[in-house]
Amino acid sequence: MLGKLDWTAIPIDEPVPLIAGGVVLAIVLAVLIWAAVKGYYPYVWREWITSVDHKRIGVMYVLLAMVMLLRGGIDALMMRAQQLVAFHSDGYFPPQHYNQIFSAHGTIMIFFVGMPFVIGLMNFVVPLQLGVRDVAFPTLNSVGFWLTATGALLVNVSLVIGEFARTGWLAFPPLSELSYSPGVGVDYYTWSLEISGVGTLVAGINLVTTVLKLRTRGMTYLRMPMFCWTTLASNLLIIAAFPILTATLAMLILDRYLGFHFFTNEAGGNVMMFMNLIWAWGHPEVYILALPAFGIFSEVVSTFSCKALFGYRSMVLATMAICIISFMVWLHHFFTMGAGPDVNAIFGIASMIIAVPTGVKIYNWLFTMYGGRVRFAVPMMWAIGFMVTFIIGGLTGVLVAIPPADFLLHNSLFLVAHFHNVIIGAVLFGAFAGYTYWFPKAFGFRLHEGLGKLAFWFTLVGFYATFIPLYSAGVLGMTRRMQHYDVAEWRPWMIAAAIGVVVMTIGVIFQVLQLAVSIRHREELRDPTGDPWDGRSLEWSTSSPPPAFNFAVMPNVTGEDAYWATKAKARRQNLQVREPDYRDIEMPRNSPTGFVCAFFATVMGFALIWHIWWMVLLGLVGAFATFVVFAWRDHDEYVIPAAEVARIDRVNLAERRAAMNFAESAT
Amino acid sequence: MTDTVLPYAAHGDPHDLRGLQETALGHEGPAPKRIVTGYGFWIFLLSDIVMFSCFFASYAVLLRQTAGGPSGSQLFDLRSVAAETAFLLLSSFTCGLASIAADLRNARWYQAAMAVTCVLGLCFLALEGREFSDLVARGAGPSRSAFLSAFFTLVGCHGLHVSAGILWLLTMMAQVYAKGFRADICRRLLCFALFWHALDIIWVGIFSIVYLMGSGT
Repeated sequence: MLGKLDWTAIPIDEPVPLIAGGVVLAIVLAVLIWAAVKGYYPYVWREWITSVDHKRIGVMYVLLAMVMLLRGGIDALMMRAQQLVAFHSDGYFPPQHYNQIFSAHGTIMIFFVGMPFVIGLMNFVVPLQLGVRDVAFPTLNSVGFWLTATGALLVNVSLVIGEFARTGWLAFPPLSELSYSPGVGVDYYTWSLEISGVGTLVAGINLVTTVLKLRTRGMTYLRMPMFCWTTLASNLLIIAAFPILTATLAMLILDRYLGFHFFTNEAGGNVMMFMNLIWAWGHPEVYILALPAFGIFSEVVSTFSCKALFGYRSMVLATMAICIISFMVWLHHFFTMGAGPDVNAIFGIASMIIAVPTGVKIYNWLFTMYGGRVRFAVPMMWAIGFMVTFIIGGLTGVLVAIPPADFLLHNSLFLVAHFHNVIIGAVLFGAFAGYTYWFPKAFGFRLHEGLGKLAFWFTLVGFYATFIPLYSAGVLGMTRRMQHYDVAEWRPWMIAAAIGVVVMTIGVIFQVLQLAVSIRHREELRDPTGDPWDGRSLEWSTSSPPPAFNFAVMPNVTGEDAYWATKAKARRQNLQVREPDYRDIEMPRNSPTGFVCAFFATVMGFALIWHIWWMVLLGLVGAFATFVVFAWRDHDEYVIPAAEVARIDRVNLAERRAAMNFAESAT
Repeated sequence: MTDTVLPYAAHGDPHDLRGLQETALGHEGPAPKRIVTGYGFWIFLLSDIVMFSCFFASYAVLLRQTAGGPSGSQLFDLRSVAAETAFLLLSSFTCGLASIAADLRNARWYQAAMAVTCVLGLCFLALEGREFSDLVARGAGPSRSAFLSAFFTLVGCHGLHVSAGILWLLTMMAQVYAKGFRADICRRLLCFALFWHALDIIWVGIFSIVYLMGSGT
């Protein structure tokens, strides 16, 4: 009846996941009851869960990423604590549990923090920057988000029902094959990534189509803000790379479920094929995460230097170059495979070549700041912190891209330090910069500046204190993923890293505090102008938060930095803004399709993990029925009448004018 | 795309085709819905082809890994495969007829052509199913060797796509029956036709790489 599922699936003998799961469950229940008591359900259902508005979906993506960041962060804390005490002892986690923690940490941080964070920001910002009213496929957008949430949910369910993979975040065979991992851990891993991978692919198709086909009048390719360019490149990579992940995991699933022999040790299976396939996805994935972050820094550096981005065209070229070369370096993840000196040399050189466009970008940001009027607001601090950190991480990357050096450093903590150095330095710092930068656009008030700076400094210092010691330990020969060790030379570095991670945790606490304090004091932090940073691109030309239709009239773009040009013209000619010609606006109707689909996907995923076949069928039929019902509806749009558009827009224009007049009389 | 010359553009889509005219001065704004939908679906198809190319690659890598079991030349029945190919190519032809009928707003011919497409697709699936069950009965199932794993996965994945396509086809017939040639339904028809033809392209690859080259081993 219930497949492999029975009471032994609950890990009663392991207190840590049980208590953690219990606390999370209690919090979720408390929130649900609180929302029920307050009567928030209809509002949340109507305005958020069923929303097809790209802004709402973007916010939900970011929220998911931040919650998962806490989960992945707690995993990181536990790992550092384990390695702190596990010198000549077993520490406090048994190996099978410790292995689950580092696997879950990697999986969650890449798939359910990095991905939703950047996709959320792209979703929120790109249509606004392009001057359009929504993404190309609004309902699919909602489906994509909810499927990502399904994946995150399944990974977290593994905490209390069954176990998670013990294989590391990429589940290399033959360890991940049935003969070596007979439990459900790897199945949780594969199914949650298959489901969320579909969600990511949908988001990628949506954003590429939006950028290529929906730009407003006059928004030619070479007038697009840099963030739109990096979004385009990153989503092209999603479309080209994520199907590889889907196919590779499907092969692993077939091996495990139906006794196929893709990656097994017997009957001709080829383990190295998995390495090649997974990294053919895995290396572009690095740039899928990093490119949007580069775009965010481009926007932030240009805005807070009060200068147009230096070398815009070279930046575009560098972005697209990275987009292409990122598919030609995957083999540097396994130089030790033994492909021979020629192959290793080619991939080593390609890995160094990709550092060139990245270097171009760094110089462009520096020259943008040069001669500008730099304001050290929180997003700008993240950007500068990124530049320094990322250069160090990039240089150690070039170091391990040299095959002979890689033979020594492969799978050591040096490597772990390197990729944390680039991923935290670029993606996480970029996500935080973007979050602080666009928060006032999303909610109409700024985040608290002082707490933001504290969060920045603690995170930055904590980061170096954690990972510089790991470089040293790696050079001393410490391999990654050690549950315990006996080498005395490594001990001091582990102590230093543990102190560092505590400092970083304080940074995270300040981040949470910043959000709470800002919400409490939102009236003091309110920004009526919609343009709190003196921005340059179109998202700042509408109110904060933007109305459902984003722009009362579609903007007409005549050059780069569209909104900056508009403001300069208005100021120069002292123009009284003429009331535009308002028209009726058609907007897509909200739809529960995404949520219902994800519900069935969750049921199906869970049933597949536990071999409950009737439930799998139920999920499949349910998902198909949902699509048919969706296809059957007669009205997929509603009309906002011109009078209503005018009413909303006049309020916005009046507030903006008042703020501008106030600013002028103050100077 | 060449939509401008198609007769249905004027009455099929509520939007005009202004997005097509890119002037030297700049860009004329968002493309009409028909273009956006078709474009997005093309991108999806490309991603699907990337997925298939992984299965093709794994087949090429594992082709000689028969683990002492039968190889392609001992297993493949090229006559049956030729019949499958004929069914699939013919179904693409009738799918094209259905598209033309939809352009002309002729519901009867549309339904007839779609029904024939469906029957041809089912014939294809029946032949494929017979081939698979034959192989399993002869002890050459997917778990026999890595080569057969790759074979069943690649060809089976295409078969799954055809099955999903038939489900989609039936819903498209039902939609046109119940709602007529509405603009949004016509857009879905465009996507369905693209999907069905793409399955042909992939089959051409399977026919030549899996069956023809596999028979040579």
